[in-house]
Amino acid sequence: MQTTLGTPTASAVLFFLIIVALTLAVTFWAARRTRSTREFYAAGRSVSPLQNGLALAGDYMSAASFLGIAGLVALRGYDGMIYATGWLVGWPALMFLIAEPLRNLGKFTFADVVAFRLRQVPVRVASAFGGILTLLFYVLAQMVGAGNLIRLMFGLSYEWSVVSVGAVMLAYVLFGGMIATTWVQIIKAILLLFGVSLLTVIVLAQFHFSLGELYGAVATRYGTAALEPGGLVTDPVDAVSLGLALMFGLLGLPHILMRFYTVPDARAARDSVLYATGFIGYFYLIIPIVGFGASALVGREVIGRIDSGGNMAAPLVAELLGGTPFLGFIAAVAFATILAVVAGLTLAGASALSHDIFTQAIRKGRASEAEQIRIARMATVLFGVVAVVLGILFKGQNVAFMVGLAFAIACSANFPPLLLSIVWRRFNTAGAVCSILAGAVLSVTLILLSPTVWVDLFHNSAPIFPLRNPAIVSMPVSFLCAIVASLVTREPDAEARFDDEKLRTYLGIGAE
Amino acid sequence: MTRQLKTAHEQLESAEFRQLVRRRWRISLLLTALLFLTYYGYIILVAIDRAFLSRRIGTFTTLGIPVGAAVIVIAWILTAVYVVWANRHYDAEVARLRRQLETR
Repeated sequence: MQTTLGTPTASAVLFFLIIVALTLAVTFWAARRTRSTREFYAAGRSVSPLQNGLALAGDYMSAASFLGIAGLVALRGYDGMIYATGWLVGWPALMFLIAEPLRNLGKFTFADVVAFRLRQVPVRVASAFGGILTLLFYVLAQMVGAGNLIRLMFGLSYEWSVVSVGAVMLAYVLFGGMIATTWVQIIKAILLLFGVSLLTVIVLAQFHFSLGELYGAVATRYGTAALEPGGLVTDPVDAVSLGLALMFGLLGLPHILMRFYTVPDARAARDSVLYATGFIGYFYLIIPIVGFGASALVGREVIGRIDSGGNMAAPLVAELLGGTPFLGFIAAVAFATILAVVAGLTLAGASALSHDIFTQAIRKGRASEAEQIRIARMATVLFGVVAVVLGILFKGQNVAFMVGLAFAIACSANFPPLLLSIVWRRFNTAGAVCSILAGAVLSVTLILLSPTVWVDLFHNSAPIFPLRNPAIVSMPVSFLCAIVASLVTREPDAEARFDDEKLRTYLGIGAE
Repeated sequence: MTRQLKTAHEQLESAEFRQLVRRRWRISLLLTALLFLTYYGYIILVAIDRAFLSRRIGTFTTLGIPVGAAVIVIAWILTAVYVVWANRHYDAEVARLRRQLETR
């Protein structure tokens, strides 16, 4: 098929400008409401459960889910669906294990919870380290993806694509803080859900609204293997390890955890997870239909030729069925998707630097509001600039594994201390620091030695560590380090304060 | 009925508070176990018995397709079960225990 991908069409530019104008208008409105730290970091804790559910979905559903899973299903068939399920199952675990205690115990960041009854300086610094490491790998993958996608869709050069994402995103976070970020994420979630729903309906209309007919068309063209589990998941240990990283990584993603402080109380936090799980689950249920549709209607050859990862499957099927205007709309939605995720990551990175390191560790909590806001804005610029520079430095590199790495670090370095600080009286400073360091170092090292990097990227003949994702090793080791280090040291203060913590965890007494 | 007023320490030691915490974790861990069974069961099934999920249930549709979709739907239902339980029972109990403290 002929495609206008890569050339800036009038409709793509128009939708793009509408989205940028709308989100900047929201930012202008939000900027006048962003004066205190409570507003900058937590949107004044006034976000409703439905709004937060949408914003969580907008924070989480990245271009990798939208374009990546559609592409994976288009090129690899059923295997893409297996991935789609993995991206959802963290949400119930987040609900059952940490959502409400997190809301009751924290103020602005997940480190507030880890450090609740422990020694502030070491725990804050270690938690911020684990958090920022997670965010850096995550934002790097987003930025490189943004550069490639926007180049493919609007014809802008890679460097200008990365810089433009960085500039627009910085405007949201810098001036509008969490209020603007929340609304950008809500707008993005609505656009994405609407766009993908429309695409699904248009695809299904080609097959008389019969899924069986769609699967038949795929099977006729590419054989029945497209509808069967293929070679992507073969080793059960590796598959479970990836599953653990996806599930528990969510419970350690700083930008997601931070959103729980934007709602008034634990009940609102709980309700917002149900909304988010509904939106995200619906999204992952319908996105394979788009992928199969692209496979049957556009064809794997065309999709693979334009982008070997298949990322253009959804835009291409949109163009085939809805013409250039629909392609322009879907391209703009992909752009909004990246912006909203990167804004969330930047705000979380800035809060780790300014709230955890500066205010709590350096100033011991004694900084004026004006000073905290000033530092928060400086940290935002710093994190945003680092993200843009990293994005440009890694041009042309294969960074697909970095999202997996971010999830591995999150589940190994951030999640264990967070859970143990909530449930275990004997957990102490030594345990927290040891588990964060062990989790971070081990997950990074094992990924470097894994088939993903050691063989695929460094072209060695055999991996030193056999698994593609290290979570099944690094997460238990992190828990073990936390338990051993806590048991060999005593911290009577931390144990004594566990009672106060319990009243706040379960009854919400003293929650901010 | 006269209301029992308690200090924070008495509340922590009370049978009611302990039961609240115990019940909350019993429900959470039960649902987490069901989630594990659903998701890791599915993943392991994919890895070890591809033939099972490749069975045809329609002209072309394989069993794997509805099973994969069911994992997502079950995950959402488990979340909903927790939220409904917590909104109905947990919150009511929390409000009662808080009143015992606040009216001191």
